[in-house]
Amino acid sequence: MFNIERWQEIFDTISKNKLRTFLTGLSVASGIFILVILLAIGQGMENGIGQQFEDDAATRISVWTGVTAESYKGLNPGRRIQMDNEDYTRAEQKNIDQLEYKSGVYSVWGQLATYGKESGSYRVEGVKGDYQFLENETIVAGRYINESDLANNEKVAILGNRVYLDLFKGQNAIGEYIEISKIKYKVVGVYTDPGGEREETRIFIPLTTAQRVYAAGNNLRSMVFTLEKQEKFEDALAASEAFSASLESDLKQRHTVSPTDERAININNTLENAKRFYDLIAMIRGFFWGVGICTIIAGVVGVSNIMLIIVKERTKEIGIRKAIGAQPLSIIGMILHESIFVTAIAGFLGLIFSLILLELVGPLIESDYLLNPSVDFGVAITTVIILIIAGALAGFIPARRAANIKPIVALRDE
Amino acid sequence: MIEIKDLNKSYHMGSNSLHVLKGIDFSVKEGEMVSIMGSSGSGKSTFLNILGMLDEADSGSYTLDGKPIKNLNEKVAAKYRNQFLGFIFQSFNLINYKSALDNVAMPLYYQGVKRAERMEKALHYLEKVGLAQWATHLPNELSGGQKQRVAIARALASDPKVLLADEPTGALDTQTSYEVMELIQNINDEGKTILLVTHEDDIAHMTKRIVNLKDGLIIDDSNVTQVRASVAKNKHLQSKQTSNV
Ligand SMILES: Nc1ncnc2c1ncn2[C@@H]1O[C@H](COP(=O)(O)OP(=O)(O)OP(=O)(O)O)[C@@H](O)[C@H]1O
Ligand SMILES: [Mg+2]
Repeated sequence: MFNIERWQEIFDTISKNKLRTFLTGLSVASGIFILVILLAIGQGMENGIGQQFEDDAATRISVWTGVTAESYKGLNPGRRIQMDNEDYTRAEQKNIDQLEYKSGVYSVWGQLATYGKESGSYRVEGVKGDYQFLENETIVAGRYINESDLANNEKVAILGNRVYLDLFKGQNAIGEYIEISKIKYKVVGVYTDPGGEREETRIFIPLTTAQRVYAAGNNLRSMVFTLEKQEKFEDALAASEAFSASLESDLKQRHTVSPTDERAININNTLENAKRFYDLIAMIRGFFWGVGICTIIAGVVGVSNIMLIIVKERTKEIGIRKAIGAQPLSIIGMILHESIFVTAIAGFLGLIFSLILLELVGPLIESDYLLNPSVDFGVAITTVIILIIAGALAGFIPARRAANIKPIVALRDE
Repeated sequence: MIEIKDLNKSYHMGSNSLHVLKGIDFSVKEGEMVSIMGSSGSGKSTFLNILGMLDEADSGSYTLDGKPIKNLNEKVAAKYRNQFLGFIFQSFNLINYKSALDNVAMPLYYQGVKRAERMEKALHYLEKVGLAQWATHLPNELSGGQKQRVAIARALASDPKVLLADEPTGALDTQTSYEVMELIQNINDEGKTILLVTHEDDIAHMTKRIVNLKDGLIIDDSNVTQVRASVAKNKHLQSKQTSNV
């Protein structure tokens, strides 16, 4: 392999057979190029869809109630089910070990908030301190709701960034007082939300305050939990499914709802959604891999074909070389060396070219479903190596045959 | 140099078999120049190819420079070819994408000679055949006679013991044939053993011994007085000029 004389001979042959070299190289390079681009698009779609799910904590489980659909134990359908603090405490007590964040929620829609001359209609949510993490919120000024706010029914408010911009026009808001439905609240924090504007047109106040101000007693509109993180997705999914199921059955039992009723208790488990989404991604990935592997196979077939033709075309030359003293091994070596060299160079050129294209075009793509297309470099290198090996194998068989035919037969081949 | 005893060769095509060489006894001493003649299909090329280890006999013994040539594997055969033999073919068999110089240097590459030395030697042999100024040309830029001279230079490059030529002048006109024969005679004068196949009488008489093949057997083997190709060349040139007048 590192015989300088052999290299000179190879370069000589390659430089004097440019078209042949070019065609071999082109088929390899374009195969790699297409494969890398395909894989990158697959990855980009995965990234894009993945981002759609980044808004809320990935293991979030939320519960809200509705109206019963079935009669049960003598109770009529159409009954409204109302959760309260007791439900929350039970769920909390029962699962205290595996809960990461938790909050009961009492929210009201369309509340008029005013500051000076500015006003707007927003959703007001009474929540606990954990809610910040349940909603993936980032505090950009001040603080979030804390335990003492809850204990003392403090009239404090945390504004969504949109609300803050509407009411305060970028001026300092912390420590200022706003009015929500004629009641004064002290602004103690401003947050942003990865979900964007829609999620930032909310005002958070302490849950206890909300229940009192809106005369809700102990009632809750919903409860939201996340579970402790798990190493494996499968484990996390199993834990959250078990949690959802037990929560549902406990609630149904306490509120006398039929176990088969699907309307009264609603549980949204993001992890289950995520599973559907991961399945989709797996399918997309599988599809692109399928196409990719077909591309590689096509590339391998192409390279093999070219190698066969090259060896056929060189039969006479091989005969001449043998007549003047070339050993069979040196013939095989020459052909393999040349084919490996050409496929390797072409493969890496195709790889580099496709990576450059991704680097240039990738950031320009603005689509919800295609984000930052890129490839795993290891995968790309592996495919190049597969193609090189395929080229070598494809060259080896005819090369060996050519090297083994008697020179007289090869020479007769006109 | 060459010792052949009871050499047999048949070709099999399906159920048919063609007995081409039917027990040939033949020997050549060092420095001889032998021509092999016979009608078309008499087995001349077959015989020469066996001598050149390009093909194998079915039975019989063959000794080349004291070495028995029998059941050689390809590796050893290639080595012997490279060390002992130089080939000149009717159709030249140059590698068409290599320059004249590179073609001549090829046997040296397979002898493991380093590039610089290889090129120097190759150029020396090209000079010897009078083509030094054509060194960088590709075969298709050369005339038939020039191609054959490149092939002769290539055959000489590895300094073989025996030169084997199958109708070296078969593709050339008379004038060029004589020029090539002159070159081959000069090589023989320097002591190299030469075997050549031809079916032209005048070419055969430029060697020192004529062997006649017929129906797979040697029917005649006699020494002849060598006609110098240079003389024949001049005669031919004159006759051509007179006929032109
Ligand atoms: N590979 C082969 N397979 C089958 N038959 C062959 C093969 N090579 C040669 N022959 C046959 O063997 C016989 C001798 O062939 P050979 O080439 O030795 O003849 P030759 O004397 O060189 O003839 P020419 O003067 O036409 O070159 C011919 O009848 C030919 O058809
Ligand atoms: Mg012949």
